[in-house]
Amino acid sequence: MLVLLDHADSGALRPSALELITLARSLGDAEGVWVGSAPVPLEALAGLTRVHRVAVPYDEHLASAIDEALSAAIDATGASVVLLASTFDNKDVAARLGVGRGAGVVTDADAVALEGGRVVAAKTVLAGTWTTRVEVVAPLAVVLVKTGSVPADEPTGGTPEVVEHTAGATHATGLVEVVERTERAGTGRPDLASAQVVIVGGRGTEGDFGPVEELADVLGAAIGATRVATDEGWIGRDAQVGQTGVTVSPRLYVGAGVSGAVHHRGGMQSAGTIVAVDIDPDAPIFEIADFGVVGDLFTVLPQAAAELRRLRG
Amino acid sequence: MRIVVAVKHVPDIQADRSLADDGRLVRDGGDGTLNEVDENAVEAALVLAEQVGDAEVVALTMGPPDAVDAVKRALQMGAGSAVHVLDDALAGSDALGTARVLAAAIRKVAEGGPVDLVVTGMAATDGLTSLVPAALASELGLPPALTQAVEVTLDGGAVTVRRELDHADETLRAPLPALVSVSDSANEARYPNFAGIMAARKKPVTVWSLADLGVDPADIAPRTRVLDAAPRPPRADRVLVTDTGDAGAKLAAYLVEHKLV
Repeated sequence: MLVLLDHADSGALRPSALELITLARSLGDAEGVWVGSAPVPLEALAGLTRVHRVAVPYDEHLASAIDEALSAAIDATGASVVLLASTFDNKDVAARLGVGRGAGVVTDADAVALEGGRVVAAKTVLAGTWTTRVEVVAPLAVVLVKTGSVPADEPTGGTPEVVEHTAGATHATGLVEVVERTERAGTGRPDLASAQVVIVGGRGTEGDFGPVEELADVLGAAIGATRVATDEGWIGRDAQVGQTGVTVSPRLYVGAGVSGAVHHRGGMQSAGTIVAVDIDPDAPIFEIADFGVVGDLFTVLPQAAAELRRLRG
Repeated sequence: MRIVVAVKHVPDIQADRSLADDGRLVRDGGDGTLNEVDENAVEAALVLAEQVGDAEVVALTMGPPDAVDAVKRALQMGAGSAVHVLDDALAGSDALGTARVLAAAIRKVAEGGPVDLVVTGMAATDGLTSLVPAALASELGLPPALTQAVEVTLDGGAVTVRRELDHADETLRAPLPALVSVSDSANEARYPNFAGIMAARKKPVTVWSLADLGVDPADIAPRTRVLDAAPRPPRADRVLVTDTGDAGAKLAAYLVEHKLV
C-alpha cells in the first residue's frame, strides 16, 4: 500500500498526509511516496516502512508528474492500493492513474477497509444526504480520502528507509509550461480542509468578517466562506467551502450568515456538529443544524466569544 | 478553429435526489438540468470562439434520451452544433468509462476537421468526482493539468490558464490542441435569449451509438461497484433558538456542554 505524501515546497507535510499514514497503518504495511526535491521530514514519517523519493523531470506540482512518480513507485513495489488526500489536484492524478494503469478510483472516501482482499471505501454522496460503500473491482485501487475523516496518530515506530527513484518523461507533460506559481503563505490559522473547527461566513456578514474572526480566535478555528462571499471578493477563493471549493469534515462547523444552499451543504454536511447563526428563520441551513440561532450574527457571535473567554477565565 | 465543449445533464440539485437499489443515481426524475459548472464551460468556449473569430463550438454530451437537453441548452447559448452519445450500454458508466466514450466521440468529431480545444466544467453536481477532465485529457494524449481554470486565454496557438488551488496560485501554458476544465468562478454564464432559443431549433444534434464510435461496451465496464447505499438519518436532538438577547451565551454553553471547545 502506498500513501502520497502531500507537502509544501519547504518540505512541511500537509496535515492530511499524517491522517493517511494513520489510516494506511491500520490496514497493513504502508510505504510513502515523496515527489520532488524538498527535504523529507523522516521523523514525522515514522511508522512507514519505506519512503520512495521520486525525482521528476518536470515541475513536481503537475498532476502528470505526480502520476508518473506514483507509477514508478507502483512498478517498484507492486502495490495494489494507493491512498491520496481528496483534493482537486490529486483527483487529476487519480484520473491519470485510472486511464494509464486501469485503476479503479474512489473519490471523497471517509473510510477505507479491506474486505476479502478487496478495497471497500465508504463515502457520502448527493450533498451529504446518502451514504454508500463502494468496492474496487480493478487490481489497482486508488482511493482519495477526505481530509479530516481519520484522526492522525502521533508518529510512532522506526524511521523509514528512503529509496530513490527517477520518473520517466512523457511527451504530453513536457508540453505544459509553468509560467508562474506562487505558494500562498499560511493564514496563521489552521488549514481549512483539515481543521477540527471551521467557521464559515456567508452573505449575512455583508463583507464584515470581524465577528467571524473574533470567534475563530477563541475557538482556534479555520475560516471559510460561501461562494457568495468569495464571489463578492470579501475573502479569497481558496476559502470557499462547497462542491466546487474545499470540502470540510470538522468536529464543529459554525455557519455565520450562511443560508445553506445545496452547493455549500455538499461541502460541509458531514461535519460532526453543525451550528448556524442566521437572521432568516427560513434559511435551509436550519434544517441540518444541531444548534441553530435565529438572530443577528453581529450580536450573537461576539456575545458567544465573550462568554467563552469568560468561562475560560 | 473548432472547440468541443463537453456537458452533462444532471438531476437538479434543488430537487430530492436518490440512489436506486443498484446504487445508481436515479436519472429519470424529470427534473434534470444542465450541470451548473458546464454553463461556465459553454460560456468560456463561446467567449474564446468570439475572440478568435471564425471558430465553431460543438457541444457534446452522453447519457439517456433526456441528456439531449444539456446540449440543447448549449445550442441556445450559442454553440453551433451538437453531438449526443446515446446507448443503453452507457447506463452505470463510471467517470473513467465516461472519459473513454467522450474521447472516442471527440476523435470522431475531429474526422470532420481538427479539434483545437476541449472545454469542460471542473465537476458535475451528481457524482462530484471531478475525474473526467483529467481522464479525458489523458485519453486524448493532450497536455495534462489545465484544470480548475478561473481564467482561460488563447494566443499564438497556445492556451494559458490561471488556477487558484488550495495552497497556490498558478499560471500554466500549453500548445493547442489542449483540454481545459473551468471553475464556476471563471465567468458569468449568459442566459439564452429569445433569438438564441429560436435559432437552436434549427441547429443539428447528431446522435451516435457506441458502435458508431467503435467503443466496445466491455472497455467501459465500471471498475468500482456500489455495495450498499442508504439515505443518511436526520440529525437527532436538534435545537433552534430565536435570539432574545442571550443566544450568544446559550451558544457558548452548548459548545461547552458538548465538549466542543
